[in-house]
Amino acid sequence: MSEIDANTDRKARLSTLAQAPGARLAALWQAFGRTPEHETLRPPEIGTVMVRGRAGAVGAPFNLGEMSVTRCSIRLSDGAVGHGYVQGRDKQAARTAALIDALAEAGEAEALEAAILRPLRDEAAAKRTARAARAAATKVEFFTMVRGEG
Amino acid sequence: MYVAVKGGERAIDNAHAWLAEERRGDRTVAEMSVAQIREQLSLAVNRVMAEGSLYDPDLAALAIKQARGDMIEAVFLIRAYRTTLPRFGASEPIDTGAMTCDRRISATFKDAPGGQILGPTFDYTHRLIDFALAAEGDAPDAPQTTPQTGKTPHITGFLAREDLIQTEPAGTETPRDLTREPLDFPADRPLKLQALTRGDEGFVLSMAYSTQRGYGRNHPFVGELRVGQLPVEMEIPELGFAIELGEITVTECETVNQFTGSKTEPPQFTRGYGLVFGHTERKAISMALVDRAMRWQELGEDNVGAPAQDEEFVLSHSDNVQATGFLEHIKLPHYVDFQSELELIRRLRAEAMATRAQEAAE
Repeated sequence: MSEIDANTDRKARLSTLAQAPGARLAALWQAFGRTPEHETLRPPEIGTVMVRGRAGAVGAPFNLGEMSVTRCSIRLSDGAVGHGYVQGRDKQAARTAALIDALAEAGEAEALEAAILRPLRDEAAAKRTARAARAAATKVEFFTMVRGEG
Repeated sequence: MYVAVKGGERAIDNAHAWLAEERRGDRTVAEMSVAQIREQLSLAVNRVMAEGSLYDPDLAALAIKQARGDMIEAVFLIRAYRTTLPRFGASEPIDTGAMTCDRRISATFKDAPGGQILGPTFDYTHRLIDFALAAEGDAPDAPQTTPQTGKTPHITGFLAREDLIQTEPAGTETPRDLTREPLDFPADRPLKLQALTRGDEGFVLSMAYSTQRGYGRNHPFVGELRVGQLPVEMEIPELGFAIELGEITVTECETVNQFTGSKTEPPQFTRGYGLVFGHTERKAISMALVDRAMRWQELGEDNVGAPAQDEEFVLSHSDNVQATGFLEHIKLPHYVDFQSELELIRRLRAEAMATRAQEAAE
């Protein structure tokens, strides 16, 4: 696998983990049944990221406001390093995300994809579709009642 | 002049204990959970996130609970908490064109591509109290239909393609940040937009309303208002590439305003912009109007002396935490200040009385 493909996979994985509901991530991780030995490179740390927008949607960047983010980095005993970044302030979720990332880097990507990442992605997609379906139902269908003459 | 005195400690402790009791209210009534506030008072949560300048619904809900529903107090709590956190970095500018829209309306084009999506709106409700909500019962399920696919294009994009609307200048990659440096004037547009998006909703609304009533009129049309979710991406230094750090809900308003033209430029519409955390459309529309009003210089318009055109006035008074801090501090002890004033007025009165008595005697 080329480096670019590897980065694409890792980006997808970390992005999914970042947005996973904390309780759901914890449940899937527990069901996966692994507690790999690891050392903590960076203990779970709560911080913020400044979110930027653009003036007029397309112009100069400006600071919209911050969002809370928690991050954690670990190293497995075999040397694989994992990074976890999650939205919000759930320290356990950040550590779990880092462990999943490291295990995936260490060759368990397929098993993790099937047991944790795909379910998370499917659930997120279902939630998004359910909102979009409600939005679509509020779309206005104009029709002309009377057209004035002259 | 400030002089330290002691003696209020017990009274303060007891006052805070009573505050906690009052916050809880009647104990025969069930206590509200943070999750209930987050889910059922979500527009209050959105406002606290926007003005607190921190996107974290759980934290905003907790702040509302702690503040007993006092929104500015809740914003204050969020701001104070935020200052204790390290900042990991800044996101890529969010792409509002890629938003999954809950709501998207245009007041300028009936048949806008992507359609008029009303979303969960108070518009067209009769504003009659719904007594059914006082009784417990399940909310009805909202109807669903086949979701739209693909991106919803920006209305201003169509006008821009024909050069009918001003182009937005690119600006610098790293905008100035008023949470990191003191506000000074003249402020550039990114700084103004940052101040407006975290500004007090009531203040920004009133400023916008004043332009509509004639104090710096700029003839706005809501070209587009959209509310929805989009991902936030940031480059992670240890990885060397960007990941999505999360998803946020934002409200965006683009106004299409009165056109300008000159000898070199053919007539074009101008624009105002509002972008705010959460579903906060009153604020986003207000922000766009005030943004537009403050662009008078850039667009070669006259300064008619309207408050909304005065960036120093707007930006110095839009922050409700600053405003309330300065306003409310006057209720705290000023015994020594007042004592000196009291002595001064007694002396002046004594002198005036003495003069009057002397005049009467003469």
